[in-house]
This record gives sequence, C-alpha cells and structure tokens, in this order.
Amino acid sequence: MKLLRYFRVAVDSIASHKMRSGLTMLGIVIGVAAVLTILGIGRGASANILSEVSSQGTTRLTVSPGSVSSDGVAGAGGSVQTLTMGDVAILSNPDLHSDVTQVVPQYGGNTQLVAGSNNTQIRMTGTTAAYADVHNLKLAEGRFLTEDEISQRSSVIVIGTTVATDLFGRPQVVGESVRINGEPFTVVGVLKKSGNAEFGSNDNSGFIPIGVAQGRIFDAPRYRGEYTVTSISADAASEERVDAAERQIEQTLRLRHGLAADDDNDFTISTQASLLETINTITSTLTLLLGSIAAISLLVGGIGIMNIMLVSVTERTKEIGLRKALGAHNSDVLLQFLIESLVLTLLGGLIGIGISYGVALLVQSIPNFNFSLLIENDALAMALGVSAGCGLLFGLYPAIRATQLDPIEALRYE
Amino acid sequence: MTTSSALIDMQNATKIYQMGETNVLALNNVSLSIAQGEYIAIIGTSGSGKSTLMNIIGLLDRPTDGVYRIRGQNAGDLTDSQLADLRNKEIGFVFQQFNLLARASAWRQAELPLFYANVSRSESRRRALDALAQVGLAERADHKPEELSGGQQQRVAIARALVNRPSLLLADEPTGALDTQTGEEVMALFEKLHQEGLTLVIVTHDREIAERARRVLTMRDGAIISDTRQAAAQTIELPPASQAAANGRFNGLSQPALTPLPQPGAIAKVEEDIYETA
Repeated sequence: MKLLRYFRVAVDSIASHKMRSGLTMLGIVIGVAAVLTILGIGRGASANILSEVSSQGTTRLTVSPGSVSSDGVAGAGGSVQTLTMGDVAILSNPDLHSDVTQVVPQYGGNTQLVAGSNNTQIRMTGTTAAYADVHNLKLAEGRFLTEDEISQRSSVIVIGTTVATDLFGRPQVVGESVRINGEPFTVVGVLKKSGNAEFGSNDNSGFIPIGVAQGRIFDAPRYRGEYTVTSISADAASEERVDAAERQIEQTLRLRHGLAADDDNDFTISTQASLLETINTITSTLTLLLGSIAAISLLVGGIGIMNIMLVSVTERTKEIGLRKALGAHNSDVLLQFLIESLVLTLLGGLIGIGISYGVALLVQSIPNFNFSLLIENDALAMALGVSAGCGLLFGLYPAIRATQLDPIEALRYE
Repeated sequence: MTTSSALIDMQNATKIYQMGETNVLALNNVSLSIAQGEYIAIIGTSGSGKSTLMNIIGLLDRPTDGVYRIRGQNAGDLTDSQLADLRNKEIGFVFQQFNLLARASAWRQAELPLFYANVSRSESRRRALDALAQVGLAERADHKPEELSGGQQQRVAIARALVNRPSLLLADEPTGALDTQTGEEVMALFEKLHQEGLTLVIVTHDREIAERARRVLTMRDGAIISDTRQAAAQTIELPPASQAAANGRFNGLSQPALTPLPQPGAIAKVEEDIYETA
C-alpha cells in the first residue's frame, strides 16, 4: 500500500525533529487531555449523583410551599407558608389518593445540639415514623422514631454519624442524652454513614417527632389555625403511578387552598424523576460549557500544527522540488505533508488520551473523592477523531502550499 | 533534423519569462534533436539560456512557444501529472548540489524515484542496491550523506538518477561542487555509463568538461550558436600516455590553432540557419 509508505516518510520526518515535533504536539496533547478529563469528570459526577438520587427511591414526591411558575414570574419556594398539617391529614386519606401510599410531613430548621461541653450546629427535621421508609434511611444502631413517640411528642432524637462523633467522639451513642435549647432529648438511633459527602447526606442531621419541632423547638407559624410544615414527602404506589399520584395530590391541595381555575399553584410538587432530569440537564450543560473551553485549546494546538507545517514546507522547499523532479505528482506531495500532520496530531491525541487515563487513576486514588472520572468509548473515539480531523484540517493549507511550489524555483531554493 | 527515432525533438522552442513589467527572452527559437545514445554537453555563460533549455528538456518547464517532443510525445499536450510520470520514467536528474535527503541512507536515496513509480518495497530495494553497485557504492548502501564524501554523494545521486532506467540522464553542473580529482572520477563514471548505452546531457560552463562530450551545444542569449560534433576521444580508464595526451589537449586550449570553438564563420553559418528557420 502506497498510503502506508507515506506514514514511514512522515514518521522519519517527525523523528528527525523530535524537539520541535514534541512541542508542536503538546498543543494537541493538552487539548485532548483537557477535553477528555473534563468530559470524564462531568460524566463521573453526573453518574454519581444519579445513582445517589435513584438509591433514595424513584417513587418519592416532594411537595414544597410557595409557587414556582414555569411561564411567568417565579415566587421563591417556601416564601409563602401555605402547607399545613391539615393538608397532610387529607393527603393521608387513601380513598381520595389511591396512588399515594405514605405521606410524611417535615418541619425543619437549623439548631444547636449540646452534649456535655460539646456542641454542634445541625439540620434538624421534625417528622413522622414513615420518614425512614420513604427516604430509605438506614440505621447503624438503635431504631427510627416510632408512631407512639410521634403522637406522645416524646423527647427522643435520631442523629447522623457525624453528629454523634462531633458530640461524643464515637458513633455508638444510643441511650445518651443531648440538649436542644436546654431541653434534654434521648438518642434512640444513629443513622448509617451515607458514605456520600455531597448530595442528600443525612450525616449531619437530626430527626425528632414533628409535634416537638413545630411546638417546643421552632415555634412554627400557624396558617388557618394549623401548624405549617416546610415540606411534605409522599410515596407513590409504583414508579408508573408517580404521575397519577402527583395529579391526585395537586387536585386535593388546589381544592383545599381554594385556588380558582386560573390561579397558579401555591405549592410545588417535585418528583425524583424530575429531579433526575434537572440534574442531568445541569451536568450536561456544565460539561458542554467546560468542554468547549477545553476545545479552544485544541483549536490553538491545531493552529500550532499549521504553523509548524508551514515552516516545515518552507524548510523543505528544495526537497519538494527534488521529489517533483524525480516524478512525484502533486497528489504525492499533498499526501506526504497531510499524512505528516495527521501523524503528528494522532500521536498527540494518543498521548493526550494516555494523560487523561493517568488523571483518572489519580482521581480514583484521592480519598473521600466519591466519583471516578468516566472515560467512555465514545469520548475516546471523539478524541481520536478530533485530533485526526485537526491534523487534516490544519495540515491541508500547508500541504496545498507544498504542491503549488514550482519545481524549478524549489530546486534553486537555498 | 527531425526524425521519428529521435529521443528528443524540439522545434522553434521559445521561452519568455515575465519579470514585472519586462519580458525576458530566455530561449529564442531553439530547434534541437537528440538521438538515443548521444553524449552532449550544453555550454554557455550564466544567463545564456542553458538552464532554461535543460528545464524544458527535463520536463520541469514548458516552452512558451514551439514544440517539444520526448519519445514522440508532445509535452505541450500533457498534464502535470503525465509530465511527472514522464520525468519519473524517462529522465534522470543529477544536480550540482547533489540534492540528497539529509537523513536517508544511500539506498533509500537511490530508491526514491521507485517510490513514485509504485514499485514494491523489496523490488525497489533490490534495484536501488543494483544502481549503487553500478556507481561503485555497493558497500556504502547504509551510509547517510554526512558519512559520505562529496564524490560519493554525487555518485549516490547518479545511482538515484539511474534507478528507474531512464532514457536520458540530465546533469546540471555535476562537477561544480567537487574538486578536480573527484570531478574527474564522476566524469569517468558518466562516460562509462554512456558507453553502456545511456543518453547523456551535461550542462556546464566549464569548457574542459564540455570538451569531453561527442557533441557540444554552445548557447548565448537564449540561442544555440554552435552545434559541433567530435569523434570519441575519451575513454574511462585512460592509459597514462593518453592521459598525458588529454592533458596536452587541455594545455593546447590556449593555442588558437587547437581551439575547439567553432570558427567565426561557422557561428555565422549557424546563426544564418536559425534566421532562416525562424
């Protein structure tokens, strides 16, 4: 194959200018490595968050107060406290909501937890016994809040592992006493470490009966005589019934809140599915943005290739003249230089791929860094394709310049 | 002069270069025929048009006007690509500065024309080694130019010119970059190749080199002002006596009686001929 023999010529020529070729390649190396690494980080992070979200159950719905309008001015979520315990009670009626299996109210806020001389600031949620089930909470020790404790407004608390170690220096703390606003609470359970520092972690949380949170701890405002809640979680009967459950909840709440047909909802229902979608959109947008910035370095690298190929053509004017005199067609000269720049960029691309794999290994070895850099086959193919494309695109003009040299002038060139 | 058996046949070839506003007449109505197996020297000062003539003969350039045929094919009718093929097959070039690739071994230099002739790798290596043997460099096949002397480099270049068995070898000042001794060796090599049947055209400004050819074309102002033929005189390995004789002839160059330059009348005659054909 004649085409393969041009590769030999190209490799010879590149090998004879190792320093220059290396520096030229660097642009492509950095560009490819940057694009692959950023793409890998984006995909790794996204896969990590998605698995986290879906591990919390894909049948969950969350109702938050306040309206978020999709087509007009958006009110800040939670700015209007319209969700109440009354809403929770109605939504809990299975006859009206055939696709909703569990309804869990939450009233949350930040508060200080004290044990002995230690204290820590935590996210405190007042809720009911079903919360653990709906949110897939796992306990390392003890148990979650019981129905009895909820109805009797007992002074009991379930805490995350970080809270336990912050206060007691150890995670086994069931039976110990902690104080909120000076009032003692007995620890009945400690949550399993979520192992995930970022999204949806409960390691720095505490859970108490909802009545206690609304009454003694946070003194929650009332709306039409009933305690308000900060959010309501609900579980749909199955993944397929999530949309039906959402409609049922929406209908009930609109009726209860006395909204007219053309009024917007004064609450927002979000599902895990919609959350997944949102996360997907955000990560892919971010990846695209960062990726295109990285792609600029590829462009710069490509221009470097063109520059060096132009120098190379000028430097080898006499060689081109000689080759033409010896019978090289214009196509031979074109291919020689095109393949030389192709080999340069492909080599650069391969080195860049190697570097991004190195970065991926490095990232995996960082402790507490919970996602890995995902380099998939399509990204590899893209990296190779783009570097080859760079070589052909930016090598084309210098190669055409080479073919246009007049052999007589070229032979006379010094 | 026109015969169908002629290797090269040039009729009223004119070459005009445009240099800015002015036109330069580099070749003025030249007619020339070269037969297979000739040994020709083209001599003239710089600017006499000998390089232009050589470029046209070598198919690197086309005449502005007139006809140039090589092996009966009219160069004016051929595409660039066809000209490249003809250069590859029919013509071997030897340059003053050797024009070797800086980093390739001798046999790779020699096989270069075969690369463009689509000859297989094993075949081209074999033929390159053969060509190197022909110029006496068989044992230097793996040496790079920097490891070879000037004379050896020129012989590699000659091997390269020979490798695709051209009908015509065009040498442009082949001894210009060499000292007298190695220049002599290279000329001896050319003469050996000529005796083996190669058609040889040497462009030079060195009368001593030109004198060795069987036919000398003298150029001035873009025209051939004389075309003289002489009997074979030189052989490759001259016995010491004839070497001395050759030197004697060289010494005699300064004596008007022995000058091989055409007599003034002869020049006038040629010029008349050109005038008549024009």
